[in-house]
Amino acid sequence: MDTAQTKDIYTEEFLINMGPQHPSTHGVLSLELKLDGEIVTGCTPHIGYLHRSMEKLAENRMYTQFIPFTDRLDYVASMNNNLGYVMAAEKLMNIEIPERAKYIRVIIAELNRVASHLVATGTFAQDLGAFATPLFYCFREREKIVDIFDRLCGNRLTYNYMRIGGVQFDLSDDLIDMIKVFIKYMRPRIDDYEQLLTSNVIFLARSKNIGVLTKDLAISYSVTGPNLRASGVKWDLRKDLPYLVYDKMEFDVPVGENGDSWDRYKVRIEEMRQSLRIVEQAIDLLPAGDPTVKVGRIHKPAPSEAYFRTENPRGELGFYLVSDGSACPYRLKIRSPSFSNLAVVPELVKGVKMADLVCILGSFDILMGEIDR
Amino acid sequence: MQPSEISGIIKARFAKAQDSAAGDIIVPGEILLDVARYLRNPPLAFDNLHCITAIDRKDKVELVYTLYSICGHHGLTLRVYLTQGDLNVDSLSEIWKSADWLEREVYDLFGIIFKGHPDLRRILNPYDWKGHPLRKDYSSPAIVAKPKL
Repeated sequence: MDTAQTKDIYTEEFLINMGPQHPSTHGVLSLELKLDGEIVTGCTPHIGYLHRSMEKLAENRMYTQFIPFTDRLDYVASMNNNLGYVMAAEKLMNIEIPERAKYIRVIIAELNRVASHLVATGTFAQDLGAFATPLFYCFREREKIVDIFDRLCGNRLTYNYMRIGGVQFDLSDDLIDMIKVFIKYMRPRIDDYEQLLTSNVIFLARSKNIGVLTKDLAISYSVTGPNLRASGVKWDLRKDLPYLVYDKMEFDVPVGENGDSWDRYKVRIEEMRQSLRIVEQAIDLLPAGDPTVKVGRIHKPAPSEAYFRTENPRGELGFYLVSDGSACPYRLKIRSPSFSNLAVVPELVKGVKMADLVCILGSFDILMGEIDR
Repeated sequence: MQPSEISGIIKARFAKAQDSAAGDIIVPGEILLDVARYLRNPPLAFDNLHCITAIDRKDKVELVYTLYSICGHHGLTLRVYLTQGDLNVDSLSEIWKSADWLEREVYDLFGIIFKGHPDLRRILNPYDWKGHPLRKDYSSPAIVAKPKL
Protein backbone atom coordinates (compact mmCIF):
# COMPACT_ATOMS: atom_id res chain seq x y z
CA MET A 1 0.00 0.00 0.00
CA ASP A 2 1.28 3.46 -0.70
CA THR A 3 1.40 6.20 1.90
CA ALA A 4 -1.68 7.91 0.60
CA GLN A 5 -3.74 4.92 1.64
CA THR A 6 -2.00 4.13 4.96
CA LYS A 7 -1.76 7.61 6.42
CA ASP A 8 -5.40 7.69 7.44
CA ILE A 9 -5.27 4.36 9.28
CA TYR A 10 -5.83 4.92 12.97
CA THR A 11 -3.62 2.75 15.21
CA GLU A 12 -3.66 2.34 18.97
CA GLU A 13 -2.83 -0.19 21.67
CA PHE A 14 -5.68 -2.45 22.51
CA LEU A 15 -6.59 -4.87 25.27
CA ILE A 16 -7.48 -8.46 24.55
CA ASN A 17 -8.51 -11.25 26.88
CA MET A 18 -6.75 -14.54 26.23
CA GLY A 19 -8.66 -17.19 28.13
CA PRO A 20 -10.04 -18.42 30.51
CA GLN A 21 -11.28 -20.72 27.76
CA HIS A 22 -8.40 -20.91 25.33
CA PRO A 23 -6.66 -24.05 23.99
CA SER A 24 -3.16 -22.68 24.58
CA THR A 25 -3.55 -21.58 28.18
CA HIS A 26 -3.48 -25.18 29.46
CA GLY A 27 -6.48 -24.83 31.69
CA VAL A 28 -8.55 -21.92 32.90
CA LEU A 29 -5.91 -19.22 32.86
CA SER A 30 -6.93 -15.74 31.79
CA LEU A 31 -4.31 -13.38 30.41
CA GLU A 32 -5.17 -9.74 29.96
CA LEU A 33 -2.94 -8.69 27.09
CA LYS A 34 -2.05 -5.24 25.88
CA LEU A 35 -1.20 -5.45 22.20
CA ASP A 36 0.48 -3.06 19.82
CA GLY A 37 -0.38 -4.71 16.53
CA GLU A 38 1.02 -8.19 16.99
CA ILE A 39 3.49 -7.25 19.73
CA VAL A 40 2.61 -7.89 23.38
CA THR A 41 3.34 -4.78 25.45
CA GLY A 42 1.71 -5.85 28.69
CA CYS A 43 0.42 -9.02 30.28
CA THR A 44 -1.60 -9.42 33.47
CA PRO A 45 -2.52 -12.98 34.44
CA HIS A 46 -5.76 -13.57 36.32
CA ILE A 47 -5.80 -16.88 38.12
CA GLY A 48 -8.15 -18.55 40.58
CA TYR A 49 -10.76 -19.97 38.21
CA LEU A 50 -10.04 -23.44 39.56
CA HIS A 51 -9.70 -22.40 43.21
CA ARG A 52 -11.24 -25.14 45.35
CA SER A 53 -9.83 -23.94 48.71
CA MET A 54 -7.84 -27.12 49.26
CA GLU A 55 -5.97 -25.58 52.17
CA LYS A 56 -9.18 -24.74 54.02
CA LEU A 57 -10.67 -28.15 53.23
CA ALA A 58 -7.60 -29.80 54.73
CA GLU A 59 -8.33 -28.17 58.08
CA ASN A 60 -11.57 -30.16 58.27
CA ARG A 61 -10.19 -33.50 57.06
CA MET A 62 -8.12 -36.12 58.83
CA TYR A 63 -4.54 -36.59 57.68
CA THR A 64 -5.34 -39.74 55.69
CA GLN A 65 -8.50 -38.24 54.21
CA PHE A 66 -6.53 -35.53 52.47
CA ILE A 67 -4.47 -37.87 50.25
CA PRO A 68 -7.11 -38.05 47.44
CA PHE A 69 -7.26 -34.24 47.39
CA THR A 70 -3.58 -34.10 46.47
CA ASP A 71 -4.40 -36.05 43.29
CA ARG A 72 -6.46 -33.10 42.15
CA LEU A 73 -3.62 -30.58 42.50
CA ASP A 74 -1.30 -31.57 39.68
CA TYR A 75 -3.53 -34.10 37.98
CA VAL A 76 -0.96 -34.98 35.33
CA ALA A 77 1.48 -36.15 38.01
CA SER A 78 -0.81 -37.35 40.79
CA MET A 79 1.64 -39.91 42.16
CA ASN A 80 4.24 -37.24 42.79
CA ASN A 81 1.69 -35.13 44.65
CA ASN A 82 0.64 -38.09 46.78
CA LEU A 83 4.29 -38.66 47.52
CA GLY A 84 4.98 -35.08 48.59
CA TYR A 85 2.03 -35.03 50.95
CA VAL A 86 2.65 -38.40 52.63
CA MET A 87 6.34 -37.59 53.03
CA ALA A 88 5.41 -34.34 54.83
CA ALA A 89 2.90 -36.20 57.01
CA GLU A 90 5.47 -38.88 57.82
CA LYS A 91 7.98 -36.22 58.76
CA LEU A 92 5.39 -34.65 61.07
CA MET A 93 4.54 -38.00 62.67
CA ASN A 94 8.12 -39.36 62.71
CA ILE A 95 7.18 -42.50 60.82
CA GLU A 96 9.98 -44.50 59.25
CA ILE A 97 8.83 -46.49 56.23
CA PRO A 98 10.22 -49.87 55.06
CA GLU A 99 13.02 -49.98 52.49
CA ARG A 100 10.78 -51.70 49.94
CA ALA A 101 8.25 -48.88 50.13
CA LYS A 102 10.99 -46.34 49.44
CA TYR A 103 12.04 -48.14 46.28
CA ILE A 104 8.47 -48.64 45.09
CA ARG A 105 7.81 -44.93 45.63
CA VAL A 106 10.87 -44.01 43.59
CA ILE A 107 9.83 -46.34 40.73
CA ILE A 108 6.28 -45.03 40.65
CA ALA A 109 7.27 -41.37 41.01
CA GLU A 110 9.78 -41.60 38.17
CA LEU A 111 7.31 -43.37 35.88
CA ASN A 112 4.81 -40.61 36.57
CA ARG A 113 7.51 -38.05 35.80
CA VAL A 114 7.98 -39.64 32.38
CA ALA A 115 4.20 -39.57 31.81
CA SER A 116 4.05 -35.91 32.83
CA HIS A 117 6.96 -34.88 30.61
CA LEU A 118 5.30 -36.73 27.72
CA VAL A 119 2.20 -34.59 28.15
CA ALA A 120 4.39 -31.48 28.38
CA THR A 121 6.33 -32.34 25.22
CA GLY A 122 3.26 -33.30 23.22
CA THR A 123 1.23 -30.24 24.11
CA PHE A 124 4.22 -27.94 23.61
CA ALA A 125 4.69 -29.25 20.07
CA GLN A 126 0.96 -28.88 19.50
CA ASP A 127 1.15 -25.25 20.67
CA LEU A 128 3.84 -24.61 18.08
CA GLY A 129 1.63 -25.88 15.31
CA ALA A 130 2.87 -29.48 14.98
CA PHE A 131 -0.72 -30.50 14.73
CA ALA A 132 -1.67 -33.80 16.37
CA THR A 133 1.29 -36.04 15.40
CA PRO A 134 3.65 -35.45 18.36
CA LEU A 135 0.68 -35.22 20.70
CA PHE A 136 -0.65 -38.60 19.57
CA TYR A 137 2.79 -40.20 19.81
CA CYS A 138 3.30 -38.85 23.34
CA PHE A 139 -0.14 -39.92 24.51
CA ARG A 140 0.38 -43.35 22.98
CA GLU A 141 3.41 -43.87 25.24
CA ARG A 142 1.73 -42.25 28.21
CA GLU A 143 -1.06 -44.77 27.83
CA LYS A 144 1.40 -47.59 28.61
CA ILE A 145 2.36 -45.92 31.90
CA VAL A 146 -1.29 -45.32 32.71
CA ASP A 147 -1.93 -49.02 32.06
CA ILE A 148 0.79 -49.93 34.55
CA PHE A 149 -0.78 -47.63 37.15
CA ASP A 150 -4.21 -49.03 36.35
CA ARG A 151 -2.96 -52.54 37.09
CA LEU A 152 -1.20 -51.26 40.21
CA CYS A 153 -4.00 -49.37 41.90
CA GLY A 154 -7.09 -49.43 39.68
CA ASN A 155 -7.06 -45.77 38.66
CA ARG A 156 -5.96 -44.03 35.51
CA LEU A 157 -5.66 -40.38 36.51
CA THR A 158 -6.22 -39.79 40.21
CA TYR A 159 -4.35 -42.67 41.77
CA ASN A 160 -4.57 -42.12 45.54
CA TYR A 161 -1.85 -44.73 45.86
CA MET A 162 0.66 -43.50 48.44
CA ARG A 163 -0.20 -44.05 52.07
CA ILE A 164 1.10 -42.61 55.31
CA GLY A 165 3.47 -45.45 56.26
CA GLY A 166 3.95 -46.97 52.83
CA VAL A 167 1.92 -47.66 49.73
CA GLN A 168 -1.54 -49.04 49.05
CA PHE A 169 -0.58 -52.20 47.16
CA ASP A 170 2.67 -54.07 46.74
CA LEU A 171 4.43 -54.07 43.36
CA SER A 172 3.85 -57.58 42.01
CA ASP A 173 6.29 -59.54 39.85
CA ASP A 174 4.21 -59.29 36.68
CA LEU A 175 3.98 -55.52 37.14
CA ILE A 176 7.76 -55.39 37.41
CA ASP A 177 7.93 -57.34 34.14
CA MET A 178 5.47 -54.88 32.61
CA ILE A 179 7.67 -51.96 33.67
CA LYS A 180 10.78 -53.67 32.27
CA VAL A 181 9.04 -54.19 28.93
CA PHE A 182 7.93 -50.56 28.98
CA ILE A 183 11.47 -49.25 29.56
CA LYS A 184 12.73 -51.30 26.61
CA TYR A 185 9.89 -49.94 24.48
CA MET A 186 10.24 -46.35 25.67
CA ARG A 187 13.95 -45.67 25.05
CA PRO A 188 13.75 -45.74 21.21
CA ARG A 189 10.53 -43.70 21.35
CA ILE A 190 12.37 -40.82 23.03
CA ASP A 191 14.87 -40.93 20.16
CA ASP A 192 11.90 -40.79 17.79
CA TYR A 193 10.63 -37.56 19.37
CA GLU A 194 14.09 -36.07 19.09
CA GLN A 195 14.23 -36.96 15.40
CA LEU A 196 10.83 -35.44 14.94
CA LEU A 197 11.35 -32.22 16.88
CA THR A 198 14.82 -31.43 18.27
CA SER A 199 16.52 -30.36 15.03
CA ASN A 200 13.34 -29.68 13.09
CA VAL A 201 13.81 -26.37 11.29
CA ILE A 202 10.33 -25.07 12.05
CA PHE A 203 10.54 -26.18 15.68
CA LEU A 204 13.93 -24.48 16.07
CA ALA A 205 12.71 -21.30 14.41
CA ARG A 206 9.73 -21.18 16.71
CA SER A 207 11.46 -22.02 20.01
CA LYS A 208 15.16 -21.03 19.85
CA ASN A 209 15.89 -17.72 21.63
CA ILE A 210 12.22 -17.29 22.46
CA GLY A 211 11.45 -16.44 26.08
CA VAL A 212 15.00 -16.37 27.39
CA LEU A 213 14.92 -16.72 31.17
CA THR A 214 18.20 -15.70 32.76
CA LYS A 215 19.71 -17.49 35.74
CA ASP A 216 19.29 -14.58 38.18
CA LEU A 217 15.71 -13.88 37.17
CA ALA A 218 14.78 -17.55 37.51
CA ILE A 219 16.22 -17.79 41.03
CA SER A 220 14.72 -14.46 42.08
CA TYR A 221 11.26 -15.59 40.95
CA SER A 222 11.80 -18.95 42.66
CA VAL A 223 11.30 -20.80 39.39
CA THR A 224 12.04 -24.47 39.95
CA GLY A 225 12.21 -27.78 38.15
CA PRO A 226 13.09 -28.22 34.47
CA ASN A 227 12.45 -24.51 33.86
CA LEU A 228 15.20 -23.56 36.32
CA ARG A 229 17.58 -26.18 35.02
CA ALA A 230 17.04 -25.01 31.44
CA SER A 231 18.43 -21.63 32.57
CA GLY A 232 21.70 -23.31 33.50
CA VAL A 233 21.23 -23.78 37.24
CA LYS A 234 22.19 -27.30 38.25
CA TRP A 235 19.64 -27.68 41.01
CA ASP A 236 17.67 -30.83 41.55
CA LEU A 237 16.32 -31.80 44.98
CA ARG A 238 16.85 -35.45 44.15
CA LYS A 239 20.58 -34.70 44.00
CA ASP A 240 20.96 -31.70 46.27
CA LEU A 241 18.69 -32.64 49.18
CA PRO A 242 18.05 -36.33 48.48
CA TYR A 243 15.00 -38.02 49.95
CA LEU A 244 13.83 -41.65 49.76
CA VAL A 245 16.65 -43.60 48.07
CA TYR A 246 17.68 -41.11 45.40
CA ASP A 247 21.16 -40.88 46.92
CA LYS A 248 21.74 -44.53 45.97
CA MET A 249 20.74 -43.96 42.36
CA GLU A 250 23.07 -42.95 39.59
CA PHE A 251 21.67 -40.30 37.28
CA ASP A 252 22.63 -37.01 35.68
CA VAL A 253 20.96 -33.64 36.06
CA PRO A 254 20.51 -32.20 32.57
CA VAL A 255 20.90 -28.42 32.30
CA GLY A 256 20.28 -26.00 29.47
CA GLU A 257 22.52 -23.19 28.27
CA ASN A 258 20.37 -20.25 27.20
CA GLY A 259 17.16 -20.70 29.17
CA ASP A 260 15.00 -20.37 26.05
CA SER A 261 11.92 -22.39 25.16
CA TRP A 262 13.96 -24.93 23.22
CA ASP A 263 16.20 -25.58 26.25
CA ARG A 264 13.17 -26.18 28.43
CA TYR A 265 11.90 -28.75 25.94
CA LYS A 266 15.33 -30.39 25.68
CA VAL A 267 15.79 -30.64 29.44
CA ARG A 268 12.48 -32.50 29.71
CA ILE A 269 13.50 -34.94 26.97
CA GLU A 270 16.78 -35.65 28.78
CA GLU A 271 15.00 -35.99 32.12
CA MET A 272 12.81 -38.73 30.68
CA ARG A 273 15.94 -40.72 29.84
CA GLN A 274 17.34 -40.18 33.32
CA SER A 275 14.04 -41.21 34.91
CA LEU A 276 14.08 -44.47 32.99
CA ARG A 277 17.62 -45.03 34.26
CA ILE A 278 16.46 -44.50 37.84
CA VAL A 279 13.51 -46.88 37.41
CA GLU A 280 15.83 -49.55 36.01
CA GLN A 281 18.24 -49.26 38.94
CA ALA A 282 15.46 -49.18 41.52
CA ILE A 283 13.96 -52.39 40.10
CA ASP A 284 17.35 -54.11 40.33
CA LEU A 285 17.84 -52.99 43.92
CA LEU A 286 14.22 -53.60 45.04
CA PRO A 287 14.39 -55.41 48.41
CA ALA A 288 11.86 -58.03 49.51
CA GLY A 289 9.46 -57.56 52.42
CA ASP A 290 6.25 -55.82 53.38
CA PRO A 291 6.02 -52.30 51.88
CA THR A 292 3.72 -50.89 54.55
CA VAL A 293 3.99 -50.27 58.27
CA LYS A 294 0.75 -50.51 60.22
CA VAL A 295 0.07 -47.03 61.53
CA GLY A 296 -3.72 -46.93 61.79
CA ARG A 297 -6.10 -44.52 60.15
CA ILE A 298 -6.42 -41.80 62.75
CA HIS A 299 -3.23 -39.92 63.49
CA LYS A 300 -2.90 -37.41 66.27
CA PRO A 301 0.63 -36.02 65.98
CA ALA A 302 2.03 -33.94 68.82
CA PRO A 303 1.79 -30.16 68.24
CA SER A 304 4.61 -29.49 65.80
CA GLU A 305 5.34 -28.38 62.26
CA ALA A 306 6.87 -30.05 59.23
CA TYR A 307 7.85 -28.69 55.85
CA PHE A 308 8.83 -31.13 53.17
CA ARG A 309 9.56 -30.49 49.54
CA THR A 310 9.97 -32.94 46.72
CA GLU A 311 11.10 -32.62 43.12
CA ASN A 312 7.93 -32.83 41.06
CA PRO A 313 7.89 -32.94 37.25
CA ARG A 314 6.99 -29.24 37.31
CA GLY A 315 9.35 -28.15 40.05
CA GLU A 316 9.57 -28.13 43.81
CA LEU A 317 6.36 -29.06 45.54
CA GLY A 318 6.30 -28.24 49.24
CA PHE A 319 3.78 -29.23 51.87
CA TYR A 320 3.81 -27.31 55.13
CA LEU A 321 1.86 -29.12 57.85
CA VAL A 322 1.06 -27.66 61.25
CA SER A 323 -0.44 -29.88 63.93
CA ASP A 324 -2.25 -28.81 67.09
CA GLY A 325 -2.52 -32.35 68.50
CA SER A 326 -5.91 -33.10 66.95
CA ALA A 327 -6.71 -35.57 64.17
CA CYS A 328 -6.93 -32.84 61.50
CA PRO A 329 -4.11 -30.52 60.40
CA TYR A 330 -4.26 -27.08 61.99
CA ARG A 331 -2.90 -25.59 58.80
CA LEU A 332 -1.73 -27.00 55.52
CA LYS A 333 0.14 -24.88 53.01
CA ILE A 334 0.80 -26.18 49.52
CA ARG A 335 3.72 -24.51 47.83
CA SER A 336 3.06 -25.39 44.23
CA PRO A 337 5.78 -25.11 41.58
CA SER A 338 3.56 -23.84 38.74
CA PHE A 339 2.42 -20.88 40.85
CA SER A 340 5.93 -19.44 40.99
CA ASN A 341 6.70 -20.55 37.43
CA LEU A 342 3.72 -18.64 36.07
CA ALA A 343 4.66 -15.50 38.00
CA VAL A 344 7.69 -14.97 35.77
CA VAL A 345 5.77 -15.27 32.49
CA PRO A 346 4.50 -11.62 32.34
CA GLU A 347 8.11 -10.49 32.57
CA LEU A 348 9.19 -12.70 29.66
CA VAL A 349 6.40 -11.92 27.23
CA LYS A 350 6.92 -8.14 27.03
CA GLY A 351 7.92 -7.26 23.50
CA VAL A 352 7.36 -10.65 21.92
CA LYS A 353 4.81 -11.52 19.28
CA MET A 354 1.48 -12.93 20.32
CA ALA A 355 2.32 -16.33 18.76
CA ASP A 356 5.55 -16.50 20.78
CA LEU A 357 3.58 -15.92 23.95
CA VAL A 358 1.85 -19.23 23.24
CA CYS A 359 5.27 -20.83 22.78
CA ILE A 360 6.61 -19.42 26.07
CA LEU A 361 3.52 -20.42 28.01
CA GLY A 362 3.66 -23.92 26.51
CA SER A 363 7.34 -24.34 27.30
CA PHE A 364 6.75 -23.52 30.98
CA ASP A 365 4.36 -26.47 31.27
CA ILE A 366 2.08 -24.86 33.84
CA LEU A 367 -0.92 -26.65 35.24
CA MET A 368 -3.86 -24.69 36.64
CA GLY A 369 -4.91 -27.40 39.11
CA GLU A 370 -1.94 -26.69 41.35
CA ILE A 371 -1.75 -22.96 40.71
CA ASP A 372 -5.30 -22.31 41.90
CA ARG A 373 -5.45 -25.19 44.39
CA MET B 1 26.68 -23.58 56.41
CA GLN B 2 25.13 -25.10 59.54
CA PRO B 3 21.85 -23.64 60.95
CA SER B 4 23.62 -22.70 64.19
CA GLU B 5 26.24 -20.71 62.25
CA ILE B 6 23.55 -18.87 60.30
CA SER B 7 21.59 -17.97 63.41
CA GLY B 8 24.83 -16.84 65.08
CA ILE B 9 25.62 -14.47 62.20
CA ILE B 10 22.09 -13.02 62.19
CA LYS B 11 21.95 -12.56 65.96
CA ALA B 12 25.35 -10.87 65.98
CA ARG B 13 24.07 -8.35 63.41
CA PHE B 14 20.53 -7.88 64.76
CA ALA B 15 20.13 -7.88 68.52
CA LYS B 16 16.34 -8.22 68.29
CA ALA B 17 16.44 -11.54 66.40
CA GLN B 18 15.71 -14.62 68.49
CA ASP B 19 15.93 -18.39 68.11
CA SER B 20 12.73 -20.39 68.26
CA ALA B 21 12.41 -23.86 69.75
CA ALA B 22 12.35 -25.44 66.29
CA GLY B 23 15.61 -23.79 65.22
CA ASP B 24 14.02 -20.94 63.24
CA ILE B 25 14.77 -17.24 63.57
CA ILE B 26 12.09 -14.92 64.93
CA VAL B 27 12.37 -11.25 64.01
CA PRO B 28 10.09 -8.35 64.92
CA GLY B 29 8.06 -6.99 62.01
CA GLU B 30 9.65 -3.53 62.09
CA ILE B 31 13.16 -4.79 61.24
CA LEU B 32 12.04 -7.44 58.71
CA LEU B 33 13.03 -5.37 55.69
CA ASP B 34 16.52 -4.67 57.09
CA VAL B 35 17.02 -8.32 57.97
CA ALA B 36 15.87 -9.40 54.50
CA ARG B 37 18.25 -6.96 52.79
CA TYR B 38 21.07 -8.28 54.93
CA LEU B 39 20.18 -11.91 54.15
CA ARG B 40 20.01 -11.30 50.42
CA ASN B 41 23.64 -10.22 50.18
CA PRO B 42 26.86 -12.00 51.15
CA PRO B 43 27.95 -13.53 53.50
CA LEU B 44 24.60 -15.36 53.75
CA ALA B 45 23.42 -14.75 50.13
CA PHE B 46 19.90 -16.15 50.31
CA ASP B 47 19.01 -15.76 46.65
CA ASN B 48 15.77 -17.73 46.70
CA LEU B 49 12.64 -16.84 48.67
CA HIS B 50 10.99 -20.20 48.35
CA CYS B 51 7.71 -19.78 50.17
CA ILE B 52 5.73 -17.32 52.28
CA THR B 53 2.85 -18.51 54.37
CA ALA B 54 0.94 -17.57 57.49
CA ILE B 55 -0.62 -19.44 60.39
CA ASP B 56 -3.57 -17.99 62.30
CA ARG B 57 -2.86 -18.82 65.95
CA LYS B 58 -6.03 -16.97 67.07
CA ASP B 59 -4.18 -14.63 69.49
CA LYS B 60 -1.55 -13.80 66.87
CA VAL B 61 -0.74 -14.44 63.22
CA GLU B 62 2.55 -16.08 62.41
CA LEU B 63 4.26 -15.29 59.09
CA VAL B 64 6.69 -17.94 57.88
CA TYR B 65 9.33 -17.18 55.24
CA THR B 66 11.22 -20.14 53.81
CA LEU B 67 14.52 -18.99 52.34
CA TYR B 68 17.15 -20.88 50.49
CA SER B 69 20.54 -20.12 49.08
CA ILE B 70 21.12 -22.00 45.86
CA CYS B 71 24.69 -20.72 45.52
CA GLY B 72 25.60 -21.43 49.16
CA HIS B 73 23.39 -24.48 49.66
CA HIS B 74 21.86 -23.55 53.01
CA GLY B 75 18.35 -22.82 54.20
CA LEU B 76 16.58 -20.72 56.81
CA THR B 77 13.06 -20.30 58.14
CA LEU B 78 12.23 -16.78 59.24
CA ARG B 79 9.21 -16.02 61.42
CA VAL B 80 7.39 -12.80 62.16
CA TYR B 81 4.65 -12.60 64.78
CA LEU B 82 1.86 -10.12 64.13
CA THR B 83 -0.81 -9.15 66.62
CA GLN B 84 -4.43 -9.53 65.48
CA GLY B 85 -5.14 -5.78 65.65
CA ASP B 86 -2.17 -4.74 63.53
CA LEU B 87 -1.70 -7.03 60.52
CA ASN B 88 0.84 -4.88 58.69
CA VAL B 89 4.31 -5.83 57.58
CA ASP B 90 6.83 -4.60 55.03
CA SER B 91 6.76 -6.15 51.59
CA LEU B 92 9.87 -8.00 50.42
CA SER B 93 8.97 -7.81 46.73
CA GLU B 94 11.77 -5.34 45.98
CA ILE B 95 14.33 -7.87 47.22
CA TRP B 96 12.95 -11.13 45.85
CA LYS B 97 10.61 -11.08 42.87
CA SER B 98 8.88 -14.27 44.00
CA ALA B 99 7.50 -12.34 46.98
CA ASP B 100 5.11 -10.48 44.65
CA TRP B 101 2.64 -13.31 44.08
CA LEU B 102 3.34 -15.09 47.36
CA GLU B 103 2.47 -11.95 49.34
CA ARG B 104 -0.66 -11.43 47.26
CA GLU B 105 -1.72 -14.95 48.20
CA VAL B 106 -1.13 -14.34 51.91
CA TYR B 107 -3.06 -11.05 51.66
CA ASP B 108 -5.93 -12.79 49.91
CA LEU B 109 -6.22 -15.66 52.36
CA PHE B 110 -5.21 -13.97 55.64
CA GLY B 111 -5.73 -10.26 55.12
CA ILE B 112 -2.20 -9.25 55.99
CA ILE B 113 -1.28 -5.89 54.46
CA PHE B 114 2.17 -5.82 52.89
CA LYS B 115 3.34 -2.22 52.93
CA GLY B 116 5.16 -1.16 49.77
CA HIS B 117 3.82 -3.99 47.63
CA PRO B 118 3.48 -2.83 44.01
CA ASP B 119 0.12 -4.45 43.30
CA LEU B 120 -1.62 -5.84 46.39
CA ARG B 121 -4.77 -7.43 44.94
CA ARG B 122 -6.53 -10.69 45.64
CA ILE B 123 -5.12 -13.55 43.63
CA LEU B 124 -6.99 -16.82 44.22
CA ASN B 125 -10.39 -15.52 45.25
CA PRO B 126 -12.51 -13.22 43.06
CA TYR B 127 -11.61 -9.54 43.39
CA ASP B 128 -14.94 -8.74 45.10
CA TRP B 129 -14.72 -11.54 47.66
CA LYS B 130 -15.56 -10.66 51.28
CA GLY B 131 -13.35 -11.83 54.10
CA HIS B 132 -10.13 -13.79 54.26
CA PRO B 133 -10.89 -17.51 54.12
CA LEU B 134 -7.96 -19.04 55.96
CA ARG B 135 -8.53 -16.98 59.09
CA LYS B 136 -9.81 -19.19 61.89
CA ASP B 137 -12.76 -16.85 62.53
CA TYR B 138 -13.89 -17.02 58.89
CA SER B 139 -17.02 -19.05 58.49
CA SER B 140 -19.15 -19.99 55.56
CA PRO B 141 -22.09 -22.37 55.39
CA ALA B 142 -20.34 -24.32 52.65
CA ILE B 143 -17.56 -25.46 54.99
CA VAL B 144 -18.01 -29.04 56.14
CA ALA B 145 -17.83 -29.41 59.91
CA LYS B 146 -14.95 -31.29 61.49
CA PRO B 147 -15.67 -35.01 61.95
CA LYS B 148 -16.30 -35.98 65.60
CA LEU B 149 -13.63 -38.31 66.93
